[in-house]
Amino acid sequence: MDVLDLARWQFGITTVYHFLMVPLTIGLGVLVAGMQTAWVRTGKLKYLRMTKFWGKLMLVNFAMGVVTGIVQEFQFGMSWSAYSRFVGDVFGAPLAMEGLVAFFVESTFLGLWIFGWDRLSKRVHLACIWAFSLATIASAYFILAANSWMQHPVGAEIVDGQPRLTSIWAVFGNSTVLAAFPHAIAGAFAVGGAFLVGIAAWHLWRKHRDNTGDPADREVWRGSLRLGGWVGLVAFLGVAISGDFQGKLMFEQQPMKMAAAEALCHTEQPASFSVFAYGDVSQPDCESVKSLTVPALLSFLAHNDFTTEVKGIEDLREEYGEKYGTHYPDDPRLGELAGQPVDYVPNLPVTYWGFRLMIGFGALAAGAAAFVLWVTRKGRVPRTKWFPRLALAGIATPFLANSFGWIFTEMGRQPFVVVPNPNPSGVDGVWMYTAQGVSGLTVGEVLTSLIVLTALYGGLAVVEFFLLRRYARAGVEGVMPPEKPKDPDEPSDKLTFAY
Amino acid sequence: MDLATIWFCIIAFLWLGYLFLEGFDFGVGMLLHRLGRTDTERRVLVNTIGPVWDGNEVWLIVAAGATFAAFPGWYASLFSSAYLPLLLILAGLIGRGVAFEYRGKVDSDRWRRNWDRVILAGSVIPALGIGLLLSWNVLGLPLDAAGDRVGSAFAAFGWETLIGALAVAGFSIVHGGIFITLKTAGELHARARQLTLRIAPIALTPLVALLLLVQLRVGSAWSWIPLGLVLLAAALGYLRLLADREGQAFAAMGVAIAATVVALFGALYPNVLPSTVDPNFSLSIADTASGDYTLTVMTWVAAFGAPAVLVYQGWTYWVFRKRISTSHIPPVHVP
Repeated sequence: MDVLDLARWQFGITTVYHFLMVPLTIGLGVLVAGMQTAWVRTGKLKYLRMTKFWGKLMLVNFAMGVVTGIVQEFQFGMSWSAYSRFVGDVFGAPLAMEGLVAFFVESTFLGLWIFGWDRLSKRVHLACIWAFSLATIASAYFILAANSWMQHPVGAEIVDGQPRLTSIWAVFGNSTVLAAFPHAIAGAFAVGGAFLVGIAAWHLWRKHRDNTGDPADREVWRGSLRLGGWVGLVAFLGVAISGDFQGKLMFEQQPMKMAAAEALCHTEQPASFSVFAYGDVSQPDCESVKSLTVPALLSFLAHNDFTTEVKGIEDLREEYGEKYGTHYPDDPRLGELAGQPVDYVPNLPVTYWGFRLMIGFGALAAGAAAFVLWVTRKGRVPRTKWFPRLALAGIATPFLANSFGWIFTEMGRQPFVVVPNPNPSGVDGVWMYTAQGVSGLTVGEVLTSLIVLTALYGGLAVVEFFLLRRYARAGVEGVMPPEKPKDPDEPSDKLTFAY
Repeated sequence: MDLATIWFCIIAFLWLGYLFLEGFDFGVGMLLHRLGRTDTERRVLVNTIGPVWDGNEVWLIVAAGATFAAFPGWYASLFSSAYLPLLLILAGLIGRGVAFEYRGKVDSDRWRRNWDRVILAGSVIPALGIGLLLSWNVLGLPLDAAGDRVGSAFAAFGWETLIGALAVAGFSIVHGGIFITLKTAGELHARARQLTLRIAPIALTPLVALLLLVQLRVGSAWSWIPLGLVLLAAALGYLRLLADREGQAFAAMGVAIAATVVALFGALYPNVLPSTVDPNFSLSIADTASGDYTLTVMTWVAAFGAPAVLVYQGWTYWVFRKRISTSHIPPVHVP
């Protein structure tokens, strides 16, 4: 493997890993803030217990999200220095703003929330969790705006061979981010919802079976389960609607990505949607692939009618070659790729199956949420042991859908790191091949970091899973010490919370 | 002053914020085993920075992000050239952040001892790494005309960088010692004060050595002033700590680190990253700055964002202003 492959693997591994923590933080953050609001408003103990329990799980997860996020901020300069030099004028701005406007707020106000239970008034303390959770969402907007610019560059012009920002509003108003943001945020709520459902279902089922737990405790689990189920369902609606919108945009902005997502070799009119393929989708002649298709559905997904043509890989390959050149430039920085033909077709098995797995797992998550809501209607609790098992397994589905979605969209834009904007009035010349972006490092350096980070992340994943499981199993008693009657003769100056 | 120079100053300010704030965080981590004899004492130490360490660390992230946005070439060359030291810094910061959050989550001595070791390593290694990075940045890296590092991953290591690494680590341990003295009460307070007084003269020596080295290599007449100020502030801090005025000693350390940043970034100006191969290859403010539009946008954001950060972070320190001692630490309650 060369530096390019290693750097790409490293970016892929660290990003997908980071994005396991991010949606859970975003989803749980708002839900916990909502629970605490309910407590402050009604004074009901049930809501306080929910806040404490889910808040603790959120914190265990947040720590990992923070530390893996630092790697992301550094990695552009470390392994993608040529990319950073080329795009920094535009791409650096949303990243820096994320830190200054959002991440500072997140970190500071979360610290206040964790330690502030007895130091702040109820309302100020509540405001802290809201500041935190709204900042996580703002954070997502900045990062997605930066990513969307790589998918669809806008608001820039080439000056002396480099993109220069001409309008920050164009970058923040990019149609790509307007679609990607609701899609990612809804995906985060799907994660938060499934997390609530899975853990609450297990507690509810067990307490019913053993006939343990006071009514207040059962109320915590029933409330969490119903809340999580509804959040999961509504989130799926949001994911589906924004995803459809995003797909239509993508057919205009990155037709090759969408043709690859369908393994659509030849232009079709009307185009049929492939549900499932047999055989090897990476065969460029398509002859070996038999696919179960729905006629004309792809035309509808792409253009909202059942007749329009959708371009296939073969035609697009030619088009891209004409527009952006058939060969890599003869630049020694490109190493073995210098002067070689450019392959404009992304990795087909990854894009084709990534797209289907994203949709499939997303639909499974929604199905699980609907199923759980149905079987627990009007106070029912199923007695079968399959109920908690399925609900717990269901936690994984939106995580997998998110991961496959990112793998699809990032692999689908290859061989570009900054995809050219096809709009003729758009930004001419603002694009870059992934191979051109990598740093001039030695294989040893990148291999070292790949091994170190992967091993470290792997080890920490085990620890985080162990802790989440331990705290999830322990329930509310694990995070709320039993109230002791206060002894007025012995004034206590103990902190209510300390590490 | 043009926008690019203003951004050079803003980045220096972000580094100042980072060194001042995470400096004492690192120090607390380094002194965790030395000062905390029992688990409760160690919990006191960790809790002196518990609510704030995360916010403090963001200063580094914003310093990196601001460099990316305002001087992409500087960010790209520095971060790719210092690849392995940055990997060590990252690994240390990852372990340390997780350790603070996780050390108290399981009631087991072995569990806590292991995370305490991670806190120690995660404070020492990044402090050394940050020092190395800063001294490399000021003294120069072997960069070619394209801004890429010439030679192997270890081409730039030398005795100067060792001094730089020790400078930040040494400063952090003293700064952390004074911070603990300021934030604790009782026996820990006394022990921290005593230890800091004992080690300060040795621990601050590398910082002074680094500044002298920079002064003799690239300094000018005016840069003797910040150097003198560092010495003066450090001496004053020492005397105030001796006089049991740890608040003033802490402020004096703030002045010392501010003067250090002025000296280092002053030596750099108008370059942002010198090349040791050929001075013509050095990256300057003018070479690497983003366009005026980007800098204008960023200036507006910083003009509103930065004061807000100072206000709410300052408020956080006010909320958690009370000294803590072993009597404040609640019993362990975990599943």
